[in-house]
Amino acid sequence: MQVTSQQFKQAAVRKLADPNLQKALSGMKGRLATARARAVLELDNFEQIRSEAAQIRDHGLAHMDLYLEQWEQNATAAGTIVHWAESHEQVNRVVLEIAKKNAVRKIIKSKSMLGEETGLNDYLARGGVDVRETDLGEYIIQQAGDYPSHIIAPAVHKSKDEIADLFAEKHKRPRLNDITALTHEAREILRPHFLDADMGITGANFLIAETGSTLIVTNEGNGRMTTTMPRVHVAVAGIEKILPTLQDLSQILRLLARSATGQSVSNYLSVTTGPKRAGDKDGPEEFHVVVVDIGRSRVLGSELREALRCIRCGACMNHCPVYQNIGGHAYGWVYPGPIGSVLTPAYVGIENAIDLPNAATMCNQCGVVCPVKIPLPDLMRKLREKQVEKKLRPAGERLGLRIWAWAALHPRVYSLLTRIAARAGRLMGGRERLLHRLPPGGSGWTSGRDLPAPRGRTFREIYAARRRRTTR
Amino acid sequence: MSVRENILKRIRDANRAANTPTAEEREIVQSRLRARARGTLPGMNWELAPRFTERCLAMLSTVDEIGSVEQAPAAIARYLDSLQLPMRAVCWPEFAQVDWAGAGIDMQARPAQGDDKVGVTGTFCAIAETGTLMLLSGEDWHATTSLLPDTHIAVVHASRILRAMEDGWDLLRKEHGGLPRQVNFVSGPSRTADIEMTLVMGAHGPFRVHVLIVSD
Repeated sequence: MQVTSQQFKQAAVRKLADPNLQKALSGMKGRLATARARAVLELDNFEQIRSEAAQIRDHGLAHMDLYLEQWEQNATAAGTIVHWAESHEQVNRVVLEIAKKNAVRKIIKSKSMLGEETGLNDYLARGGVDVRETDLGEYIIQQAGDYPSHIIAPAVHKSKDEIADLFAEKHKRPRLNDITALTHEAREILRPHFLDADMGITGANFLIAETGSTLIVTNEGNGRMTTTMPRVHVAVAGIEKILPTLQDLSQILRLLARSATGQSVSNYLSVTTGPKRAGDKDGPEEFHVVVVDIGRSRVLGSELREALRCIRCGACMNHCPVYQNIGGHAYGWVYPGPIGSVLTPAYVGIENAIDLPNAATMCNQCGVVCPVKIPLPDLMRKLREKQVEKKLRPAGERLGLRIWAWAALHPRVYSLLTRIAARAGRLMGGRERLLHRLPPGGSGWTSGRDLPAPRGRTFREIYAARRRRTTR
Repeated sequence: MSVRENILKRIRDANRAANTPTAEEREIVQSRLRARARGTLPGMNWELAPRFTERCLAMLSTVDEIGSVEQAPAAIARYLDSLQLPMRAVCWPEFAQVDWAGAGIDMQARPAQGDDKVGVTGTFCAIAETGTLMLLSGEDWHATTSLLPDTHIAVVHASRILRAMEDGWDLLRKEHGGLPRQVNFVSGPSRTADIEMTLVMGAHGPFRVHVLIVSD
C-alpha cells in the first residue's frame, strides 16, 4: 500500500471538516471502550493475565528463530508447504505463483493486514486472478475502491447510506435501507463465491510452534469458509506472530476479543494444521503458509521492539482521542492509531511518517488498555527523539529543545527564567487571568482557545516556601 | 543464502544471539514446548453445566436438555417446528442410526452443501468458561455441517463439558495424540457489526446455533 503519512496534517484537517466521517466517528466514540471495560471485569485476574501475555510475547520474540524452526518442522510434517519472503514483491509473487500453478481463477480472501501492506489484492488482480474480500467490512472497502480505516472494523468510516448506495450500484439490485438487509444481501452475493472459489487467502492471528498450526479468528465465519471450501489455502503471516504452545494461545485469547470488541470470545477460532487428511471430506488439498519478514527483524533489533508484541486488537485506536476525532485514513498507511504511529515509521521509514509519533496527546490511554502492555507513548517518544537526532525536525524546534535542555540542566537559570515567565504571564493575563495569544512557537495552541495565565509564583517557589514552613 | 536463512540470521542478529543457537538456548525452547505450562487461569467459581448454559445464552446460542441421544429427534423436531424451519437436515455419520424418521425429520448423514438448511453435529467437547463448542475436522466430522447450513444444532454430552480451552487441548492430546486438520471453537452464531457498529446475526455462517445437552 502506498504511504501517504507525510500528508498527515492536511489529511487530519480535511477529516475534521468531513461531516460524513464525523458522524460515523461519533457513532463509534466510546462504544468499544465501554464494551471492553465491561468484558475485562469478567476476569478476576485480568492484570495478571495481561502481564503473562506480555511475557509470552516477549519470550516468543527472544527465541523467535528457534520457535519458527520448530513451527516449520511441525507444519511440514503435517503436510503444510512453507515459504519464506522478505519483501512485498516476494510475498505477492509467491502467492500469485501458487495460484498460477493450481490454475486458480477465483480467490476468496479473509482479511489480512499484511496483505494490505504488500498490496496483495492489486498484484493478484494484475496477474489475472479474481480476488474477493469476504469480511463484510473489507468487502465494502473493496467494492468502493477504498482502504480500511480500522484494523478490525475496516469500514467504520462509511455510513449505512453510503453502503446502501454502493451495494445498489454494484449488486444492481434495489437500494436497501436497513443494516440487516444489507448484511444479508452481502451474504447472498458472497455465498456462491465461497462455494466455487479455487483458492482461499487468509492472514494468521498466530503461528503455534508446538503443533505447526496457524490460527484464524473471525466473528463472521468467513475465516472458516476460506480455510475449508477452496482446494488451495494460502496463509500469509509475519514472523512476529509466533507463539510457543497451545496453552500460551489459550491465555492470550482471553485478552484478544475482550480488548478488540468487548466480546468474551470471538465466534470462530480455527486452528489449522496442514491440508486435508486421508479420508477427510472437506478441507483444501494444498495448504501453504508464507512466513514474512518485512521490517519485523529490523524492529526486533531496535528500541521499538516491544511493538512486535502487538496482537492486532485495535484497543489502542478505540481509546485514542486523536484517532477518535480523525479516523484511520489520515494516518496514511495500513495501521492507524497509536500502534500505527509506531509501526508506520518503523516499517516504512521514520522520514516518511514524521507527524505520526507527534500526533499524540501522550495521555497513555493506549498504553493502559494494550493487552500486551506495549508502552506506546514511550515508543512514540523514542521516535520523536530519533527525529531530532536525525535532524528531521525543523531547525528552530531543535534549537528551542537545545536551549530548554541546557536550562533544565542548570537549575538556577531554570528557576530564574521560569520566575520571569510566570510574572510576565501574570501581567499579560490581566484581570481575566487569560492569555489570548502565545508568542511564536506556542501561537498554534492559542489560535482556537485561551491559556489560563500563571498566577505569578512558580511551582518551585511554592514548594520551597512550604518546605520552609514545615521544617520550621 | 536463501531467504529463509537470511530471515533467521537477521532474527539472531536482532536478538544479539550467537550465530548458531547454543545448547542452552535450545533447552529453554524445548523445555517450554515439553512443559506446556498453563497460565494463571481466572477464577472459576462455578458449576460446569450451569456456567456452560449461561455462557451459551450470552453468546446468543439457544440451549435445550435431553436425557439421551435417542431423545434428540423429538427435541430437534420441536425446535425446528417452533421456528417454522424445514424438517430436513444433514448430520454427522455418528447419528445415522438414530430414528429421525419417527420424529418426522428427513435426515441425511453426509457433508453439508451450500443449500442445506439444517446441520446436526456432535461436539468433541465443550468449554464452560466461554460457552464454546470444540469441533474437530475428520473423516466422520464434516466441517461443512456446522458452517454452511443456516441452522447448526450441536449435541453436547454433559460429561464432556470442560472448564477451559486448556482442558480441551489436554483431552485432545489424550484421546487423539495430535491435531486434526482443523480444530474449530464455535461460540454462538455467525455475526458482524461492520456497518455502523450494528450487530447482525448470520454474516457468513449459521444464523442460529442450538445446543442440545445430553445429561447422561
